[in-house]
Formats: sequence, structure tokens, C-alpha cells
Amino acid sequence: MIMLMETAVEINDLSVVLDGRVQALKHVKLSLPAGKITGLIGPSGAGKTTLIRSIVGLLKTKDGAVKIFNQPAGSASLRRMVAYMAQDLSVYTDLTVKENLIYFARMKGQNRHQAAASVKELLSTIDMANKAGAVVSELSGGQQQRVSLAVALINQPKLLVLDEPTVELDPVLRSNLWKLFHKLADGGTTLIISSHSMDEASRCDDLVLIRDGKIIAHSAPNELLRKTKTASVEEAFLKLVGA
Amino acid sequence: MSLTKTFATASRVLSQLRHDPRTIVLLFVLPPVLLALFKYVFNGQDRLFDNIAPLLLGIFPMIMMFLITSIATLRERRSGTLERLMTMPVSKLDYVFGYALAFSIVALLQAIITSLVLLYLLQVSIAGGAFATIVGAVAAALLGTSLGLFASAFARTEFQAIQFMPAFIFPQLLICGLFVARDKMADVLQWLANIMPLTYSVDLMKQTTTSINWTTTHTNDLLVVIGFTIAALILGSITIRRQERP
Repeated sequence: MIMLMETAVEINDLSVVLDGRVQALKHVKLSLPAGKITGLIGPSGAGKTTLIRSIVGLLKTKDGAVKIFNQPAGSASLRRMVAYMAQDLSVYTDLTVKENLIYFARMKGQNRHQAAASVKELLSTIDMANKAGAVVSELSGGQQQRVSLAVALINQPKLLVLDEPTVELDPVLRSNLWKLFHKLADGGTTLIISSHSMDEASRCDDLVLIRDGKIIAHSAPNELLRKTKTASVEEAFLKLVGA
Repeated sequence: MSLTKTFATASRVLSQLRHDPRTIVLLFVLPPVLLALFKYVFNGQDRLFDNIAPLLLGIFPMIMMFLITSIATLRERRSGTLERLMTMPVSKLDYVFGYALAFSIVALLQAIITSLVLLYLLQVSIAGGAFATIVGAVAAALLGTSLGLFASAFARTEFQAIQFMPAFIFPQLLICGLFVARDKMADVLQWLANIMPLTYSVDLMKQTTTSINWTTTHTNDLLVVIGFTIAALILGSITIRRQERP
């Protein structure tokens, strides 16, 4: 029996020059499967955020270079399917957690009742039901980040793109979030998660290593270790860059 | 465009204000206090103050609304919330008109409070009466909101945004006919004054101080001010980019 694997992201020869001089991405070719967690791993400044912004359509790219579910990145119809959590908090820090979630739910097209119901659900997903009435600026950094994640989860997007979602979180929280990511993937959501931390790589189904705007490897974590004959993603990365 | 998303945005902006009591006090207390101050600057010259006060009523709220709108929208551009909204099924006009609606309500309250203080507490007699005065003040405040929204697009930092106030507003203040009658100014300045929105909102207030009835000049001035307001809002929405062009 032939398994039909849907492609979530198809990138064909994408080069991006920022501000007319910084070559952020160089001839990137990439095809990411749907329903999997892809880790985008690389040091800071490697081009992860530029790649992510091209995928969610915030960065204008050459026509046809980036396709999401077979549509050009940035298409209006994709706005209902793709959710993005940036490294910047991107929530209203002067509003309460609940006010934030309700507002974004309404902007994603939910009516008052739906918004109230999804806020309840989201608060329990991020384990912050007891903080619903707290003003975001008064929360800890990790809590603020979870509010931002909750906004991205509204309406169960088909593709969830998270830029460094677990940075600065304590290990227990991080582990809980990874459980949540896997649960979402099992439910059919495609996730792209960037990280500069190599030890998060083993938690992904699929790995993309990026450095200096170039993809230096793309395979499943254990396959990467087998091919490079190394014991950790960090070692594999070093071997690939020839250090 | 969606009406519910516009309303949701307006109510969110008002919630943000509600969490900021100090700003609320500044918005509603500062303009009447400034006018009271002016009354005593013109101590004993009540006739003179009667003529100037309504003009100031068209200027103070406008400047305040310009500042708070430009800072509020700049904050959204810089914090990433605007960018996040642009990844959602949200029209730019939902966002811009949401802001305009929220600040219209603020402007309306501010204008009513300030006008009532002026008319009844400071005992200024304005020929055109309370209604025309409030209409003029609200129109001016709305103009401030829409210009602030537009101006914020050109600022990268709050530091720059603050300085846009003198850049956008002061030249208009100087040539709008407040200090020197427009027909006494150099020709070039008269032409410039004719295409500046503040000229019409100040003229509207002037008409209100001199005429008991609502005249066609009132209507024309008001229409021009509303036209500028809508144009600045639409231009403001055009300055929002869904996609960054590298």
C-alpha cells in the first residue's frame, strides 16, 4: 500500500538578502512533511527567524519560492491555517491573560460564546487557569511566553510555527510543552519549532540543521546520528561544519 | 472588513485605557485645567478670552489625541502585536477603524467635559452655543487621532514619535489663522494654510464664536475636517505592511 504523505512546506531555491546587504538565506531547498514536528536547529544568526518569517508569509519572497499546503506563502487563505509565535512576546502586556485570549480569538473569527469556550480550554492547556485575571506584564517570563503560545493555538491551526518557544523555560515546563507539541502532532498538526539548543533536537521527528543561511542537514534525529557516526546532535553539527 | 472585528479592536483599545487610570485622568482633566489656566492668564479681559477659548478647545484635545494615538499604534508596531494580527484573517481597516472608534469615544467624552467646563464653570459665552462647540471639539480631536495614526507609521521609536507632534502640528498651528489672520500672511503661507486640516477645524471654532446659527461655512469646515480624518485613516492603513520587503 502506498502511503500518501502530504507536504506542508515546500521551499524551492529561496535566497533572502536583508536590508540590501545581509545574505540571510542562501539557495534553501526544503520539503517538510505534514503532521510531524520539524526542529529548525542552528546557532543564533544562522537564518532561522528569516526562514520562519518567509514560511508564515511575513517576509516577501520570490513568487513560488515558498509554498505552504500548495499555496504561495502569505496567501489570504493561509491566514486561517497557519499560526505563528514570534520570539517577541506579541501580546498586550497591559491587558489580562483572559482579555488577550478573548481579543485574539475574536480576531480569528470566533464569536463571543466560542471565544469564551476556547479561552477556558486554552488556559487549561497552558496550565494557567488560575492566572486568567492577571495582567500579563506582572507575570513571569515563562508565563508570558505561554500566553503567547496560547494565542497561537487558537482555532487549532494546521501549521504551527514557533520561534524559540521553550527558551528560558524551566525543565519541567519545557517537558510539558514538548508533550503538548507531540499531542498536537498526533492530532494532525504540523509543527515547525526553532531552537538554538541542540539538546532539544532529539525530541523532534525531523531535523533541519541550519548555519550561515544554508541547510547543512535534513533528516530524522537517529538517522542523522547514524550517518555522521556521532552520539549527539551537537557532535553531528560540529562534524558537519568540519570543526 | 468585518464590523465585529472593528468593535473587538475598539473594545480592546478601551480595555487597555481602563488598565491605565493615570492616562484617563490626564485625558479628561488636563484640557479643562489648561483652559482654566488660560482664563486667568487673560485676567479681567473676559471678551478676549471668550474669543480665544473656543479656538484652544479645538487645539488642546487635538494635540493630546495625536500624541496618544501615535504612541499607542507605534507600540503595536514595535511590540509585534500588529504583525501577529497581520498573520490572522484580519483586514487592515478592521484594525485602523477599531482604533478610530475607540478614540472617538474618548474624544467625545473629552470634548463634552471640556466644553461643559468652559461654558458653565468658566462662564465663557460662546455665540454658537454648547452643541456647535462640542461638535467642533470632537471633530478636532478625531482629526488628531487620525493624523497621529498616520504619523506613527514614519516613526521608528517613541522618541521620534513624540517629536512628530511639533513636526506635524506646529506648522499648522502657526499658519491656521490663530495668531495672524490668514489674509494678512504671505501668499505662499495662505496657499499652504488652505490645504492644511487644522485651518478648517480652527475656522469651524471661529465660526462658532461669531455666529449664533449653524451656517454653511460651519458645514463646509466640518466636512473638510471629516474628509481629512477619513483620508488620514485610509493612508494610515496603507502604511501597514502585511509583508516586509527585504
